[in-house]
This record gives sequence, C-alpha cells and structure tokens, in this order.
Amino acid sequence: MEFSANQFKSYYKEIISMVEEEKNYLCELDRKLGDGDHGVTMSIGWQAVDEKIDNELVEEEDCGKINIMVGKTFLNAVGSSVGPLYATGFMRGAKVVKGKSVIGDNDLAEFWIAFARGIQERGQAEVGDKTMVDTLEPFADKLESVFAETKDFRIAFNEAVEAGEKGMQYTKDIVSKKGRSSRLGERSIGAQDPGATSAYLILATFQNFIKSHTAQVG
Amino acid sequence: MKKLMNDSKDIVEEMIEGYVKAHPDIIRQVPENARALVTSQETRENKVGILVGGGSGHEPGFMGYVGSGMADGVAVGNIFASPSPDPILEVTKNIDKGAGVVYLYGNYAGDVMNFGMAAEMADLEEDIQVGMALATDDVASAPKEEKEKRRGIAGEFFIFKAAGAAADFGYSLEEVVRVANKANDNTRSMGVGLSPCSLPQTGEPSFVLGEDEMEIGLGHHGEPGLEKGKIESADSVTDRLVNDILEDIEINSGEKVAVLVNGLGSTPRMELYVMYRRVEQILNERGIDIYRSYVGDYITSLEMGGASVTLMKLDDELEEAIDHPVNCPMFVQK
Repeated sequence: MEFSANQFKSYYKEIISMVEEEKNYLCELDRKLGDGDHGVTMSIGWQAVDEKIDNELVEEEDCGKINIMVGKTFLNAVGSSVGPLYATGFMRGAKVVKGKSVIGDNDLAEFWIAFARGIQERGQAEVGDKTMVDTLEPFADKLESVFAETKDFRIAFNEAVEAGEKGMQYTKDIVSKKGRSSRLGERSIGAQDPGATSAYLILATFQNFIKSHTAQVG
Repeated sequence: MKKLMNDSKDIVEEMIEGYVKAHPDIIRQVPENARALVTSQETRENKVGILVGGGSGHEPGFMGYVGSGMADGVAVGNIFASPSPDPILEVTKNIDKGAGVVYLYGNYAGDVMNFGMAAEMADLEEDIQVGMALATDDVASAPKEEKEKRRGIAGEFFIFKAAGAAADFGYSLEEVVRVANKANDNTRSMGVGLSPCSLPQTGEPSFVLGEDEMEIGLGHHGEPGLEKGKIESADSVTDRLVNDILEDIEINSGEKVAVLVNGLGSTPRMELYVMYRRVEQILNERGIDIYRSYVGDYITSLEMGGASVTLMKLDDELEEAIDHPVNCPMFVQK
C-alpha cells in the first residue's frame, strides 16, 4: 500500500478527535493509578499538534518533517512523562520516512517499529512493568515477524494491533513497577494502565484509518 | 470542586502572568518561552546558576523560590507535570554566567526524562555545563535500600535552600552539586493525606478517602501511600511520621536538625503548629537540637488536605547554608 504526507496529517487529525472522545476515560483510568490527568495531558498535546497541522504544516509534503514537528510540538506542550515518550516515538519514526512524500509497506512497517522501540528505549520499561511498553513491545515484535514473513504491511499491522491490545488488557492483571503508581503494589491490580491504553488507541486509530482511507491493492 | 478560574486550559499561563506582574523586581519571563522564568536581578559573573522546576500546582514550589539566595530560574510545567525541555533550556541559557547551571528537581519519571533531555541539549547545542541533583526525601515511597527510587516531596525546599546558598557562596558547579546531594542525603520527609485535590481540567478528586480516613505516606500528587486508616489524633499521626523518619536516618542526641512542617494546600496553620508542637516534643525527648524551624505551606498540592514533616540533619556546612538569607516573593529569610 501507499501512504502520503497528507494522509499522515489526516491520520493525526483522527487522533486529535479520538483523544477528545477518550479524554475522560483516560483520566478515569489514571485516577486509579496516578494523579488522574493522562487524558488531559494527551488532549493538551494533541490540541497543540492540531494547531500546527492547520498552520505550519499545511503545505508540508515531507513525511519526516511532519513527524518531527508532531513529536516536538507534543513534547513542548506536554512535558510530563508522556511528552518525551511519545515525542521520541514520532521522532524515531520520522527518521525512517525522512525526505519522502509517499511511503510504502516497508517504510510503514519500519516507521511503526521505530516508534514503538523508541518509546521503549526512552522509558527504559519492560513488558510486565504495567506501562505503555506492555502494548508497544508485543505490537512491534508481531509487526516485525509477520511483516518479515508476508511483506504485507496491512496484514502485519492488523495482527500487531491485536497483540498490542492483548498486552494492554494484560496490564489489568499485573502490579505496577514504574512511575508514580509503582508504590501501589498489589493495590494496582485490576486497573488497566492508562499509558498502555493511549498507546493502543493511537495504533487502533491507524488501523481504522488505513481500513477506510487507503485503497486495497491486489 | 469550586475554583476561581477562567478557562481551565489557561490557568497556568494566567498564574504566571499574575506572578511576574506582581513581582517584577524579582522575576521576569524569558521572551522565548512563557514557561521560562528567571530572576530580574543581575547575578554575578561566574556564579553557578540554580534552576528549579517541576509541575505547577505546588506553589510556592517552584517559581516561588526564584530570588536572591535561592534559585536563578524556574521552568514551569503543566499542573503536576514536568516542564518540557524547551523552557528548561531557555532558562539555562539565560542564567548561565559561565560557571554552569545546576538542575534541582524531584525524582519523578517525567522530570528525569525532560531535565535529562534539556541537559543534553544544553551541552550539545549551547556548550553549557549542567549538573543535576534529585530530591529523594520521601521515606514512604520506597524502602531505605532503594533510596534512589524515592520521590521528592517537601524536602526539596531544603535542597533548593542549601544549593542556592552554596551557589551564592561562590562554590563551583561540582561543589554546588555536592552540597545539594549532601542536603538530600541528610533530608527525610513523610506525609499524611486527609482530603484530595482536584485538577482544574477535570474537577474530579485525585483519590478517594472516607470522611473519617487518612492516608499515611501519601505522595504530593495524591500518589497512594503506605496505608489507609481511620484518622487519628494530631499527636499520634505526628509520632508515626517522625518515628518513621528517625528509623530511616540516624540522628543522635546533641545533633542539630532543621524542621519543616509543610501544609499540602488546605491545612490551617493551626493544625500545622499543633503538629510542630509534637515534633518538638519528640526531638526534645531524644536530645536532638532544633536549629531552625519552618511551618507553613512550602510545597503544596493544590487544595489537598494534610501535611508532611521533614527533618534535615545539619553539619557546619549545611548549617551555614540554611542560615543564608533569601529574598523570594513567596519566601523571605533574613
């Protein structure tokens, strides 16, 4: 499949509406584990991105520059711990698609793998710590292996999102080991991690986007 | 929850606007970034710059501690959220006097990442040397053998105070970092929560406590503590806090401490002084000498109810630092 710079912008527009819809849900999850602001934080960051897309990025055709700008804008608006994490993800992805206005299956797979691995590296978390890595690592592992086998991004991404979703749901069953919620110990069991959830939502939004906005080839 | 605010999304910007307008002789905004505030007074060449920072909602922490004798600049984050690297870097550029800048902040994942990124940028892009010292004073947040995992709470005030004095004394970057770390190593805090705060954007309480409950060891963003229980008398709560601190750090008879009884935002001074009275009794019984005492709201959590107790064990160097005069809008020591 092909994916253009403008489609990147439309995809980010869909994240912006998704975040507004899920804002309260993410805060609700976070109240059980942190200070209850994850939805607010995501909203602050994506609203800033929204403004960039409508202004500086209107004419931008370089997928790399769009993603660098998205990462930097998000980081600057948010700070917090999600700022550096998501910003690193988008900026690592930007490196893969630098200088390209249209990307193909290979680039897409590499973009999302770099996104997930970048976040993991920045946050230094592992699967089982009850963080966004619980969504992102199984997602990236599955994307890598299925794409190597099939060379079909769409198939690989669908399976990868499914793996990410399972990882997200698994965060309900485990004890938090990172960040502010880590001192909760056993009391954190039963609550789904808000970071794992927002990471899943970002991936699921991309899955829906390519389902409805790109032509199925072959 | 009722709050005096306009649009919740503007609350941090409007607070900063009011603050710099109220105290133009002490603090100003850096034109490049509205969240970067620096001293409006001329600082000495070759003085190590002191940068403090963290989320907003903890006032007087952190912008309240910019002024002579303490910090030269502050990076202000969203409510309870670390500032991003941008304002940190702008403050760094502004307060570097050729001797480098020391970042002082609490040990939270977001702060560690954002301050770390800013330090890398300062080094790579601006050639400014950055030192760092993290506050890890909350004994309730991790066992003693994992002190590096502990969060920073009200004890941050003592660390800012000590490092700010060291920079004022003309110490080098390494020496200021050493004093800040020494202050941190000698400082222990523990808090109790009685009622939650609510974020302006959500209006929802940050945690749930029954009318008759308290949470021992609560963090200053409402992070759960060690245990929840029925509220007890001021003396019994204070005993618990001070005893846990004294089990964590050895303070012998004849040694001196600085004491901070800190309100979290909505606790009356009346209650803080009742607690201080008990702290004094316990220390007095053990022959520990209170060298200086601070009672009031020093690092808060919006309108959270509750308090924390902090002890800093003093030696001659820390004693001199704690004596150093300070003139900040929210804290003056003569």
